[in-house]
Amino acid sequence: MIAHAIFFYIFSIIAIISAIMVTVSKNTVHSVFFLILDFISISCLFIMIGAEFLGMIMLIVYVGAVAVLFLFVVMMLNVAQQTNQWFISKESSRHIPVGLLISVIIFFELIIVIGGWKYKPDLFNSENLFIKQEISNTHSLGQVLYTDYIHIFQISGMILLVAMIGAIVLTFRQRKGVKKQSYLKQISRERIEGVEVLEVASNKGVKIDD
Amino acid sequence: MEYLNIIFQETYKILFLLIPVLVSVAMIVWLDRRVWAFVQKRQGPNVVGPFGLLQSLADALKYIFKEIIIPASSDKVIFILAPIITMTLALMAWAVIPFSESKVLANINVGILYIFAVSSLGVYGIIMGGWASNSKYPFLGAIRSAAQMVSYEVSIGIIIINVLLCVGSLNLNDIVIAQENMWFIIPLFPMFVIFFISALAETNRPPFDLPEAEAELVAGYQTEYSGMMYAMFWLGEYANILLMCALGSILFLGGWLSPIDIYPFNLIPGAIWLIFKILFLFILFALVKAVVPRYRYDQLMRLGWKIFLPLSLTYVVLTASFLFYFNLLPTI
Repeated sequence: MIAHAIFFYIFSIIAIISAIMVTVSKNTVHSVFFLILDFISISCLFIMIGAEFLGMIMLIVYVGAVAVLFLFVVMMLNVAQQTNQWFISKESSRHIPVGLLISVIIFFELIIVIGGWKYKPDLFNSENLFIKQEISNTHSLGQVLYTDYIHIFQISGMILLVAMIGAIVLTFRQRKGVKKQSYLKQISRERIEGVEVLEVASNKGVKIDD
Repeated sequence: MEYLNIIFQETYKILFLLIPVLVSVAMIVWLDRRVWAFVQKRQGPNVVGPFGLLQSLADALKYIFKEIIIPASSDKVIFILAPIITMTLALMAWAVIPFSESKVLANINVGILYIFAVSSLGVYGIIMGGWASNSKYPFLGAIRSAAQMVSYEVSIGIIIINVLLCVGSLNLNDIVIAQENMWFIIPLFPMFVIFFISALAETNRPPFDLPEAEAELVAGYQTEYSGMMYAMFWLGEYANILLMCALGSILFLGGWLSPIDIYPFNLIPGAIWLIFKILFLFILFALVKAVVPRYRYDQLMRLGWKIFLPLSLTYVVLTASFLFYFNLLPTI
């Protein structure tokens, strides 16, 4: 168990330090990399408590897809060197009130969660969920998600779909004058319609339509 | 003392896996160049050692003795980290590959998810290398490859779901054992073809080698790298290709199972069969490199999102409804 504890403390210290570095580091690309390190160490913690499926999904979804898009945006917008840093620059940032508001809300939510835990200690017992101990947690997660919580599961899927379609609708715009390839048209072209033999009169030339 | 013993044993096992993988990566580079040359009626590397077998070793020696140049305006820590991450991730995934029912380093419950997660992390080596070089060509290569790898991962994931529907477990050994009666290549042949093409795109092999398209981007994200750091990118890339071949043979070609279950074939150990299957897939990879011209970028994206994704999703529905109708769904 000592080795288990050592690994737990290593991963949690890495997670906390990298979470702090996300906000502190000057370079935004660096802070995305620290965010990735944070995700990875949290998924290691998930695996350590036996939630191997959740840990792997965390790696695949957050690190493999979401963080790549983050990195993409940060690199493309070219905001690598942030100028307006509230603890360095003279003028105060306009983002501080919003950030403070959000962090206060999160703080109170955490207090509510921990308070509920104190009030009802068996709130998070796995016995409440009727999970069989002998099957792997991928199976048990599937059994819970697709039976008791099927509606919530489907609704969350629908919300994601709506968000995706909304994002596409907002950013989609048809540009004029863009030539598009029609693959079917290209493949089904025959020699007869492609090539034309013309009699060229001397000193006249031919008009080729384009 | 007990912990030390465990650590020594595990280190021994890991070395026993890693060293063959690294040696076979070196050999596979030679094989790749040889196959490529034979298709084009050339000789290929045939000077160093018998049949040129030691060519990769000579190349490695050359890389070791070359100077490592770090560009002055690069982000030095990330610049150095990028090839290390690429190679570590490429070698990490080999931990869960089963070479026979008992010969596997880590027989974990979510083996296939582990491989998928590690291979989806592989994109970071490329992005970090491209961004940290602080130069135009590497950056363009990195952006291209990020988009490419993320989009082809989606179709690979859905193809894996097809196989998992037939197996009912995420363990790689269970996936192999489920193919005892019939390899999955027979019922899921269209998925095998799509998996093969997506694997080509995922490992940045020709015809999808846009991140390092030498005619447009010099060498893509590797442009600023030299010496051993370049060699590490290279090793990681080929280890990834081998890994994709291993994954393909486990998912569709029956892994360590022998093709015919009768007397003389039973005696050959499973690891040999797996190696043969990996080699077969790799030779296909090498042939594709020699035969097919490079894709254009918009064609690549169209192929991934508009053709492979709908096709594999449709096949998921087909497989699921077939299994459900004939009551073949796996039980726990």
